[in-house]
Amino acid sequence: MKIAFTTKGKEWDSMIDPRFGRTEFFLVYDEEKDELMFYDNREVANDAHGAGPKTAQKLFELKPDVLITGNGPGGNAATVLEKTNIKILTGASEMTAKEAYEAFKNGKLN
Amino acid sequence: MKIAIASGKGGTGKTTLSTNLASYLSEKETVVLTDVDVEEPNSGLFIKGELVYEEDKFKMVPQWVEDKCTFCGICQKVCNFHAVIQLGKMIMVFPQLCHGCYACSELCPESALPMIPKKMGILRYYKNHQLHFTESRLDIGEEQAVPLIRQTKDYINNTFSEDAIRIYDSPPGTSCPVIEATKDTDFIILVTEPTPFGLHDLQLAVETMKELKKQFGVVINRDGIGNSNVTDYCKAENIPLLAKIPNDRRIAELYSQGKLIYKDIPEFRQELDKIIAYIKTLKINRQA
Repeated sequence: MKIAFTTKGKEWDSMIDPRFGRTEFFLVYDEEKDELMFYDNREVANDAHGAGPKTAQKLFELKPDVLITGNGPGGNAATVLEKTNIKILTGASEMTAKEAYEAFKNGKLN
Repeated sequence: MKIAIASGKGGTGKTTLSTNLASYLSEKETVVLTDVDVEEPNSGLFIKGELVYEEDKFKMVPQWVEDKCTFCGICQKVCNFHAVIQLGKMIMVFPQLCHGCYACSELCPESALPMIPKKMGILRYYKNHQLHFTESRLDIGEEQAVPLIRQTKDYINNTFSEDAIRIYDSPPGTSCPVIEATKDTDFIILVTEPTPFGLHDLQLAVETMKELKKQFGVVINRDGIGNSNVTDYCKAENIPLLAKIPNDRRIAELYSQGKLIYKDIPEFRQELDKIIAYIKTLKINRQA
């Protein structure tokens, strides 16, 4: 399974970015390959509008099975994500990516 | 003569000044007042008139034709506003993000994104003796004010004589809607309050007007509160300080009842007279 996190950094110890559209990074963990990669989304800060759809499109290209984030996507982003098969889990705002992954594994996120 | 009444900070009295100035001037001449703060037009709360005309306003947005699409991705690349998103074998259009620039539509090699009209708001024109009042109201959920402001100004330009004085009650701030509302006007009145917050946002508005190379002046509303920093700033920057409307409970009471102020409060009317006197000198300069 591939799991994506909205994060403020590039490592397991990075905090979850509670925002979806304006998340600074995506961390993507591939469980089968035990590989962690990141995507830098910071250029979205230059966009006054449309951050949600743009970031959702980028997430689609990263092809995760699950997204772990904080507050959850806004309306426009949610409209895009509905068309994908990505499962969205929220409520990880105060955690590091590592803690969020463990919480997910223990079934504590929904 | 086209005058925009704008501000950096919101809630400083743009509508109070616009409606009173327009109504007062219309006692002697024809005035065209237009509320171009289309996201929250409120001049209509103070101006009563007979509804003469109303019209739905549309903007053009792309509509995806699936059969023609080859999923080349050009539309998504050329859209600066992320209003067109490609998800594999699907194109999604977000009309509320679309600026109507036609780039995706024109550059699509398969003509798979024709532009279609989408209702964004409504324009209404009211008449009360010599006062012609027009307002446009953006539909709920629409995010783009600029296309409606532009169409409203086109309507004014096509409907009314150039001879009548035109007053535009503008949106607050310094972003695109304000630029659209003020860019073709002859003079801008920036309304502020004499507080640190008022001064801060006034300075942003002044910088914007200088960038646009516009003539402008300042009106202080609720004079008597705060401090003298706005007055000092205008002096130091050689910005004409056109009037100071006193902070007066009676003004607030009339406002809260949806009434015009100048009819009942001579001190307020005197300040309008100062503004009008200044505007009239501009008129002479312009003709000369």
